[in-house]
Amino acid sequence: MSRLDETRKEGLGDSLGGSDPDGSSGAAAPLLTVEHLTLQYGQLRAVNDVSLTIARGARHALIGPNGAGKSSLFSVLAGSTRATSGAVAFDGHDITGESEVERARRGMVRTYQHANLFVAMTVLENVAVAVERAAGRPLRPWPSRTDRRIRAAAAEYVARVGLADRVNDRVDALSHGERRQLEVAMVLACEPSLILFDEPTAGMSAAETARFGDLVESLPDSVTTVIIEHDLDIVFRLAHRVSVLAAGVLIAEGTPEEVRADTAVHEAYLGVDRNDDPLFEVAS
Amino acid sequence: MTRRRLLGVVGALVLVLALAVLPLMLGNYPVTIAARILAFALLVVSVDLLTGLTGLPTLGQIAYFGVGAYTAGLVGIHLSTNLFVQVGLGTLAAIVVAAVTGALAVRTSGIVFLMVTLAIGELAHRVADGLPVLGASNGLAGIPAPTLLPGGGPLTLVAHTYWWTLGVFLVGFVVALVVTKSPLGRSMRAVRESPSRLAAVGQAPYWAKLSAYTVAGALAGAAGTAWTAQTRFVAPGDLAFSISAIALLCVVLGGAGTLWGPVLAAAVVIIVRDWVAGYVSGYRELLLGLLFVIAVYVLPRGFAGVAATWRRRGARRVAEREAAHVQT
Repeated sequence: MSRLDETRKEGLGDSLGGSDPDGSSGAAAPLLTVEHLTLQYGQLRAVNDVSLTIARGARHALIGPNGAGKSSLFSVLAGSTRATSGAVAFDGHDITGESEVERARRGMVRTYQHANLFVAMTVLENVAVAVERAAGRPLRPWPSRTDRRIRAAAAEYVARVGLADRVNDRVDALSHGERRQLEVAMVLACEPSLILFDEPTAGMSAAETARFGDLVESLPDSVTTVIIEHDLDIVFRLAHRVSVLAAGVLIAEGTPEEVRADTAVHEAYLGVDRNDDPLFEVAS
Repeated sequence: MTRRRLLGVVGALVLVLALAVLPLMLGNYPVTIAARILAFALLVVSVDLLTGLTGLPTLGQIAYFGVGAYTAGLVGIHLSTNLFVQVGLGTLAAIVVAAVTGALAVRTSGIVFLMVTLAIGELAHRVADGLPVLGASNGLAGIPAPTLLPGGGPLTLVAHTYWWTLGVFLVGFVVALVVTKSPLGRSMRAVRESPSRLAAVGQAPYWAKLSAYTVAGALAGAAGTAWTAQTRFVAPGDLAFSISAIALLCVVLGGAGTLWGPVLAAAVVIIVRDWVAGYVSGYRELLLGLLFVIAVYVLPRGFAGVAATWRRRGARRVAEREAAHVQT
């Protein structure tokens, strides 16, 4: 493993120590710190002792062959799956025991590999649910004047991902690519500080993928993104740092150039000298 | 769209007016049936809020209906004959019971939720059947005729209690409509569509479900107080499983989640059960069963599904006419 950034490691100590309860630490402290995270299903270690830090404002990518445990790691980070062991700190708080809802409220939100949307509702309503949670009172049982503001804000997010002409259509009328765009709009509507994108461009057309790239590039530095992606073009376009996962283990981390040159990564992807391992078997 | 809305408002007003003048045109028995329909329809609306809007199929709303009915009866006997006091306290009691039982019930979903609510409904039935304060299996009798205003005379005419029931139904229905248009309504539909997604945007599905459950409990309770106002007698049989089952079937028959569809279905079902069945005595259950079988085959998406098809056809005809107009 090529750990290249020693300064980030130093920041890890005080963020986990909880010495900074209001999270207003300097820009040097990492936003997300993962320590020795393991997720075990019976005999299978889907995530195996992964330690990782994500700096504030980072454009981080997580790559690896199929079955490497990327989505499992995301599930644990987002809180929808409980880790077997290990610790996660976000913005200076130990969030290991927190639920998905609590993590989302702290500003850490995820998209899904397979679009998970409110299918029988309109595009606008889907986004409005997210806006409402962040800005309004989502359990208020009567309409009020703020509803118009919430709808306007939702419409803005919809327009931002390029779905303005679909705003009143139901999600079940959308194409696969449009649903992915809607996922992005919903995530943005949560006003997050960390977005976990799980294969956001899977199923998008080339134009939609390019648009997604522009969108992520347009995000302010206050929004940190971690992206799981198979499309290495988009990875190398967007990411400033790349972590490589294989069989649940973090095998490399560094800048895109460093990762590209890393022999362990080549082995993992191409299976050189690893023919004994069925996960990376090369078709002959 | 606005024209459709206007038509809807006018149609609703005409319907309310027709319902209001019903006692002036019909005899006592049909008006009694109409009042029963209205009270039952509000119970069905509460079932629809959970089943259709929130995606939580329930057999337990009869419990909160019972809480409302028995509370109104007890208030009438021991405290006040005033209908406003009865509906207020009955609804409040239903809200409290719904919030407490719902806190456990909404931890589940799907078929487990259905079974938990079945247990809640049956439990209410058993309690009503066994508790001496409630008259046990004899039912709660001796409820004095209600009054509308303090110092006013008792409402003994069928028409008067019918109008009260109509009022309670209308207020309850409007509350249900307002909730569906509110942020809570949106959250409820989001729970139905994908609870995991709702959690991922930072909103706990549990609280949306519990809020919906409490609102639905309130409506069922109000319906129960209206029931007591006209029958002046509550029996454990009013909380039977068959009523819960028919209420759930009305939601399916009318078109889940549309509110007005299930209300229409409630009217059809009660008319068939209490009026048509009178002419073919002994075949009441068979008649209801037939109705449901036919409905499932002919109207897979309920009355509301038929209306949606008509609307689509109408829109297509308009589009075709306009297209023809452009060509000529």
